[in-house]
Order: sequence, then C-alpha cells, then structure tokens
Amino acid sequence: MKFGVVVFPGSNCDDDTVGVIESLGHQAVKLWHKQTSLENCDFIIVPGGFSYGDYLRSGAIARFSPIMENVIKHANEGGYLMGICNGFQVLVEAHLLPGVLLRNNSQKFISKNIYLKTGTQNSLLTQALDANKAYKVPIAHAEGRYFADEKTIQTLKDNDQILFYYCDENGNINENSNPNGSLENIAGICNAQRNVFGMMPHPERAADIALNNVDGLEILKSIVNC
Amino acid sequence: MESIESLPTVDTAKKLGLLPEEFDKIQEILGRKPNFTELSIFSVMWSEHCSYKNSIVWLKTLPKDSPRMLAKAGEENAGLVDIGSGLACAFKIESHNHPSALEPYQGAATGVGGINRDIFTMGARPIAQLNSLRFGNINLPRTKWLVKGVVKGIGDYGNAFGIPTVGGEVFFDDCYTVNPLVNAFSAGILKVGKQASAISYGVGNPVFIVGSATGKDGIGGASFASEDISEKSTEKLPAVQVGDPFQEKLLLEATLEIIESGCVIGIQDMGAAGIICSTSEMSAKGEHGMEIDLSKVPTRQANMKPFEILLSESQERMLIVVEQGKEEIAKDIFDKWDLNCEQIGVVTDSKRLRFYQNGELVADVPADDLVLGGGAPVYHREYKEPAYFKKYQEFDINSVKDVEEKDLGKVLNFLMNHPNIASKKWVAQQYDSTIGRANRNTNAPSDAAVVKVHGSDKSIVITVDCNARYVQANPEEGCAIAVAEAARNIVCSGGVPVAITNCLNFGNPYIPEVYWQFVGAIKGMKKACEAFETPVTGGNVSFYNQSSDEGPVFPTPTIGMLGILEQPELKLGLDFKAEGDLIYLVGKSVNDIASSEYLYSYQKVKESPSPAFDLAYEQLVQKAIAQLNIERLLVSAHDLADGGLMVALVESAFPGQLGFDIAATNLSVRNDAFWFGEAQSRVLVSVKPENKDKFEAILNGLKVDSQYLGTVKGADAKINGNVISSIKDAYISYDTALEKIINN
Repeated sequence: MKFGVVVFPGSNCDDDTVGVIESLGHQAVKLWHKQTSLENCDFIIVPGGFSYGDYLRSGAIARFSPIMENVIKHANEGGYLMGICNGFQVLVEAHLLPGVLLRNNSQKFISKNIYLKTGTQNSLLTQALDANKAYKVPIAHAEGRYFADEKTIQTLKDNDQILFYYCDENGNINENSNPNGSLENIAGICNAQRNVFGMMPHPERAADIALNNVDGLEILKSIVNC
Repeated sequence: MESIESLPTVDTAKKLGLLPEEFDKIQEILGRKPNFTELSIFSVMWSEHCSYKNSIVWLKTLPKDSPRMLAKAGEENAGLVDIGSGLACAFKIESHNHPSALEPYQGAATGVGGINRDIFTMGARPIAQLNSLRFGNINLPRTKWLVKGVVKGIGDYGNAFGIPTVGGEVFFDDCYTVNPLVNAFSAGILKVGKQASAISYGVGNPVFIVGSATGKDGIGGASFASEDISEKSTEKLPAVQVGDPFQEKLLLEATLEIIESGCVIGIQDMGAAGIICSTSEMSAKGEHGMEIDLSKVPTRQANMKPFEILLSESQERMLIVVEQGKEEIAKDIFDKWDLNCEQIGVVTDSKRLRFYQNGELVADVPADDLVLGGGAPVYHREYKEPAYFKKYQEFDINSVKDVEEKDLGKVLNFLMNHPNIASKKWVAQQYDSTIGRANRNTNAPSDAAVVKVHGSDKSIVITVDCNARYVQANPEEGCAIAVAEAARNIVCSGGVPVAITNCLNFGNPYIPEVYWQFVGAIKGMKKACEAFETPVTGGNVSFYNQSSDEGPVFPTPTIGMLGILEQPELKLGLDFKAEGDLIYLVGKSVNDIASSEYLYSYQKVKESPSPAFDLAYEQLVQKAIAQLNIERLLVSAHDLADGGLMVALVESAFPGQLGFDIAATNLSVRNDAFWFGEAQSRVLVSVKPENKDKFEAILNGLKVDSQYLGTVKGADAKINGNVISSIKDAYISYDTALEKIINN
C-alpha cells in the first residue's frame, strides 16, 4: 500500500507519520499543499499540527488549499483517507466527516496518555483490534471535544460509524475517562461509506518499543494487514 | 548625517543606559560625536545582555574544552557537542525573565521562540525542550496570573512549533514575586560537518533578511533586560516582543532547507538587539563589513526610523549571507515557504557597518568595536560578602525540634501538598510532550528526560536543575550542587554527562553583595564542571533580577546538562517495578537538614547553610550507580532531592502504585535528617533479590556506603511496622495539590 501524507504549512506530525508507516515496511510520500497530484497513493493521511497556524479555527483554512481538491475527490471516489488530530479537524471542516471539534471543556491544551476502546470492528482501521482491550495512546490538542447534533450522533450509531471511545485503563467508558468533554466519549469516527477516518489521539506516537508503548502501532497495523 | 547641532549629548547617552565613560569611549572609537542612531546602536550592543561586560571576566574562568566540543562557548549561537555516529547536539538555555514579568504570555512564548532559533540557525533540528520556571508566592492572585500566562505562552508556542517539551522544573519562593524567572532550553541534532556558522565574509556577497517583517515591538529589549524592574517597567511594554509560532515553524523548515542547499556563507537569528546584533556579530567574526539599506527591510509600520529598524526585536527573523550567484536558490526556498526574503545589503572589506535609509548614510560604525571580545567594555566589578552569609552558617540543628516517628505521615502529607514538591502535572499537561515520537519517559519515567535520536540507537539525556535556596545559602557550594544534581539525574537515568549550558539569573551586578553571589556561583560551577568533565558550552547571563522594594531574587544559576545514552536498554527508570525487590539507599545519611524544604517550609526556618556536600564523594556515588547499571543490577534509581528520602520513596512508589515496607531503627542521625534531610550524593535504588550479593560487592569495592531499607511491598508506605499513608492517598495529594492551589 502506498501512503501519502499531506503537508500544510504548520503541519508538524508529518515526519512522525511517515516514519511509522515506513517502520511497517510500506512506502510513504509527503504531498505538499501547493501540489495537486496525489502521486498514485492508495491511502491519504492528513497529519496533526497547526495547519496555517490554526488562526481562524483549527483546520478551517487547510481545506481550501490546492491539494485538498484532489484529496476530497479521492475520498468521494472511495479512496482511503484518514485525519489524525488536526487532520481530523481538517476533514470535519471539509465536510468529509460529520460533526465538529470544539475547544476542550478544560479550555486548555491537554497532552497525556489516554485509553481507547473500539466501537466497531467493521472498519479498515479497527478490524484487527481486540474489542475488549483498552489501547493506550497519547492525545495532544486544545480543540478535540467532539460535538454533533443528536440526529447526527444517532446516525453515527445506527451506521456503526463510531471507531473509538475514550475509556479508562480497564475499558470503562464514563465521564471520568473523557479527557476533553467529547459527546459520548467519542474519540474517532468514520464516514458512512467507511473509507474516511478521523481520530483525535495519535497512534503514531505509540508505535515504538523504545517508547515502551506499541498500542498505536496495532491500530496502524490494522490498516496494512488487510 | 545629522548636523552637529542636533547630535546627542552625554545626557541622552545616560537615558539610553550608557555610562558617561562609555559615551567618551564611543567618541574615541568614532573619532567624532555619534548621532542618535549610532548612540542607540552602542547602547544595545554594550548592554549587559549583548556584551556580557559585567560577567565575561568570570565566565572566562569556566572550563570549555573537551574532545567532544565542535563549537565552544562564545563561538556560535549555541554549543555543539559531538555525540558520536556522525551526529552532534546543539543545545542552550536562555532567560526571558523581564518580558515575562510584564507580559507573561508573550514574554514566555518569545523566550521559547528565541532559544529554538539559536538551535536551528546552526542547522540543527530541535528535538526536545525543557524549561525552568520560578515564581513568587503562589497564593497571590498576581502570581497565579503569571503562572497561567507563562505556562500558556510556553505551551501555545512550543506546541504549534512542534517540538516536545519533555521536562523542566517549577519552583516557588517569595523572592520571585515581582521578578519571576523563565528559562527555556532547547536541544537539536545535526550531522557533523553540516553545521552553519554565524559569520560573514566574501566581498560582494549579498545579505538577506528573511522571515517576519520588522515592527516596532521589542525595541530596546536588550537594554530593558539590563536594568531593575520597577513600577515604571510597565511603561516599557513596547519592549516586549510578540511571537508567532506558525512563522517560526515555517522559518525552521526554510532555514534547514537553505543550509542544506549549500548556498549559505553564514546565518544568525535575530534575537536581542535585532538587525544591529546579527550584522555586527557576523561581520566582526568574519572580519568584514556590510553596507545595508534599511529602506529594503520589510516593515510592519510605515515611516520607521533607522534606530527602530536596527534595534527592533521582532521575532522569527534571520540574517543570511548567501554566496554571490546563488541568490535564486535562497529566494526559491523562502518562496516555497511563503516567507519574506529580501536582499538588504552586501558584504564589504571595510570592517565597518554602514547603514543607509532612502539613500542617506544614517550610521557608520566599526563592527568589531560593538561586540564582546572586540571593543565592548569589560568591567571588573567590586564584590563583598553579604552580612547574611555568616548568619546562615551559624544555624544549629539542635534549635529545631526533631520529628517523632509517629508524625512522619503528617510531614509527608505536608510535603505532598507543598507546591515545590507536588506533581507539576498541571503545568506539564499543557505542553505537547509526545510529538516527535522520541520522548522515552512518557511511559517510563526517569530522573532526567531521555529523548531518542532518530536514525541511531542513541538517546540524549537532558535536565535543568538549580536549587536556588542552596545557592542563596552558599553560592559556591550551591552552584556546585546544581551541577552535581544535574549529573546525578543523568546518571540515574542511565546516561553519561557530557556538557552543560547555564542560565545565570542574578540581581543587580553593581551591588557588591549581589556580585559576590555571582562570583561564588561561578567558582562552584567551575570546580564541579571540572570534576564531572562537563565543559560549559554557553548560555546566558541575566542580571537585574530584582525589584526596587523586594531586593534581588535568590541567585539562580540554572544548569542545563546534556548526557548521552548509547545503548537503549541501559535506560534507568525511577519507579519500583515488582513486589519483593530490595530497596537500598546508596550514599551516606548525614545529620543534616540545612536548606531543606522541610526546614524552610515545615519548620519555617529560613536561614541555614547549604546542605552537606562533598564533591569527591558525589563523583564516587555517581560512578557506583553507573557501574551498577552497566552490570544491569538496578531495577530503579531515583536521586534524593527536595523532600529527601521520604519523598524519593513515594515518588518511586507512585508510577506503579507499589508500596514499600521499610525497617529503619537505631538511626545514626535524627529522624528528620534521615527522612527529610537534603544532604547530597544519595540515590534510592531497587534491586532484584537474586542480585543482592553482586550489588553489595560492587558498592563495597568502591567504598560507597549503602543501607538496606526494606522491600517493595503492598500498596502502603509502611515504616517500622506502621502504615504512615497509603500510596494512593499520598498520590492523590501529590497529583492534585498544585491544581487546587492555582484554581483556588
């Protein structure tokens, strides 16, 4: 599988994302925001960072950059697309995924390990994961509080689109295990067609045995072991 | 140039912070009276911040050589250390105290920006940041405002810039109430032979300014940092710069790309004193001159005066001298990143800096006379032992009532809730610490930050340390302890200490008692750095950290130390890992509670000497820990610091929520000295039972003392058969105390 990692000015998780994909033995190329070609990539990742400085609203400007036209087309044609952290914000702003990401309820940037539980095994991103396991993955964001209207939430549930919930280390999904106030502890979702994924936590940062945590690698492996 | 009538007088010079004799010297150098622009140039370049005029005599006594040194102190924007395998580490610490005292958010943010530019201007990609923060009484609303602003400023800038903040220290004492200290550290990696230099040469080579446009912010910031903070300081708000981490991120990428392209002769970031500083330092170093047209500098405001353009400390800018004929390479790279890139002048052979605006010569000064090591003044300041020093030494431990064993839990609870000892989680969680997938402490805490160097098996091991209370009590011993503690933290993390950078925060150097503290600290740093073979690679001096009514802050020579961990598996953690492991105290218990947090805060005795410390014994203890680690005989190691043995025990217990059962009766020292004293050169370790004999044999062989304390067991802190606290309860206090105080 050939991965393309979109680089906006202000993206800062592009190197991490490329590095981890390469460690899985797959090719990853960076796609500069001013270019339009996706270079025949099968799977596009919009990485974390502060695209265009996030000065208007996280992810709000990035969706208008030249590369995004073909990224959107790729997704609409069924191609795989994933947004991590700021990338998730970009995909929501581009209306490729439903809902919005609001400022954390603490009103502060939060950087720490959290735990994730899968909401479904019916997706490329979660198919290989253990439904009973709490996966330890870092978050690092100021605007990660997932929000959508009731109808959208119900649709997400009906279509089995909720990929990840925030939980505690024992897998309990409750208010105490919700780091940012996301509705229903939602940490990641996919679209109805199941080819576009978004998540706030950073699996690429938990993917190296030297860092004593490879839970994130298991999530990324789920993509390539299909 | 201006007519003779309008030329400034000695009174103007004084208003700009120059001394009358300095004004005379300027006239001598120029062979005429300076105009206002030229006088402004000398006033910032000869400020303490740029010239080190009141400190350089003593700084020169510090050791700066080692076979690993690729750029020594004073040679480049940061020290550069060979870490093997063709890689080098550029690292440095710098203060941003005065701006942060007035505008904590921007002051701290631009401090982060400035230190990172020092690193990437050398061609190194920053991989980790630390910071060392000191605030006043945390119960005061203004202090809370400062803490929140500084932490948010560091977080917002560093997080967007995209380099992890992997550690640091936060300390509270009344002496910092008016004048907090904000010291920022950054470390970056480059390939040996690929480093850029802050130099200018080659007649006709074009000079470019790149990055952000130049505005009126931060004018005279370097001079501002060179005077006491007073009521009038808020009138200096324009002297505080405004930061834009997004521009900095673009500048980082563009800078590394242009250095890699091979078209760069020399490059220097614009920090203190802006364009005038980078043009003069690069020219003096390359023994050339420059002709600069200030009309070509992209500005934010119209009609900026020459001195405003020259002195502006607008952030996220660089000065680059490009090889003639390769201008297009430079322009293309900055175009790609949508950054300004304007040629503003050329290199000349005159050794003079000639600045023009609208075709008119507005300043003409010799580059070398502006800079440290050239014509900048050098002063030997007078110093005198302060009256308090002898009084501190007269402290008698018997004047303090010892803690009874039944009250150990009470003191532990007090310390867990004390902001100097409680977890700094409230601060740390606002910093992105996991970006770069290099922070090896996220899931395995160690005393020092261990950061993976991608593309090798190595990690750098970094720490910032200074217990300023010890330095106040005895500058020479206290500063030696700061170096020793930094080294101990690195050794307890599995690393080998290799070099330091320092951030010397002191009061007004014209006060002899303050200067005595400075001299003492330098002497202590010298002997400790020589002992640990960790040369000083640079850093910065921040004088005038005092207020008109509260006097100087504690002398605070923050030590930023770099260590190397060659083999990943030799990383040592601070946490207990398994029930049944044996707990030992390595080092000697001393009947000493001097300058401890316990004595100062719990017993409220503010005047005592620095804690017991023997440099030779310290080296021996560190050697023992390193050898035990190489032989893989340690499960955990944790340095004894603030709060002494008791705090080290619970801190080792917290990560795994594993308790301990300790038997320590018939002590050779007082209870409080044993459990809460801060005598140096001690490490708490845990060891597998089957390694007991080997472990003890090595310590005996090295003649290092050790005491068997007990075992890792259960979920309580159990001492001599009594549970003094559950680990969970102690942890809840430790984990939430700071947050409760700040939000109260």
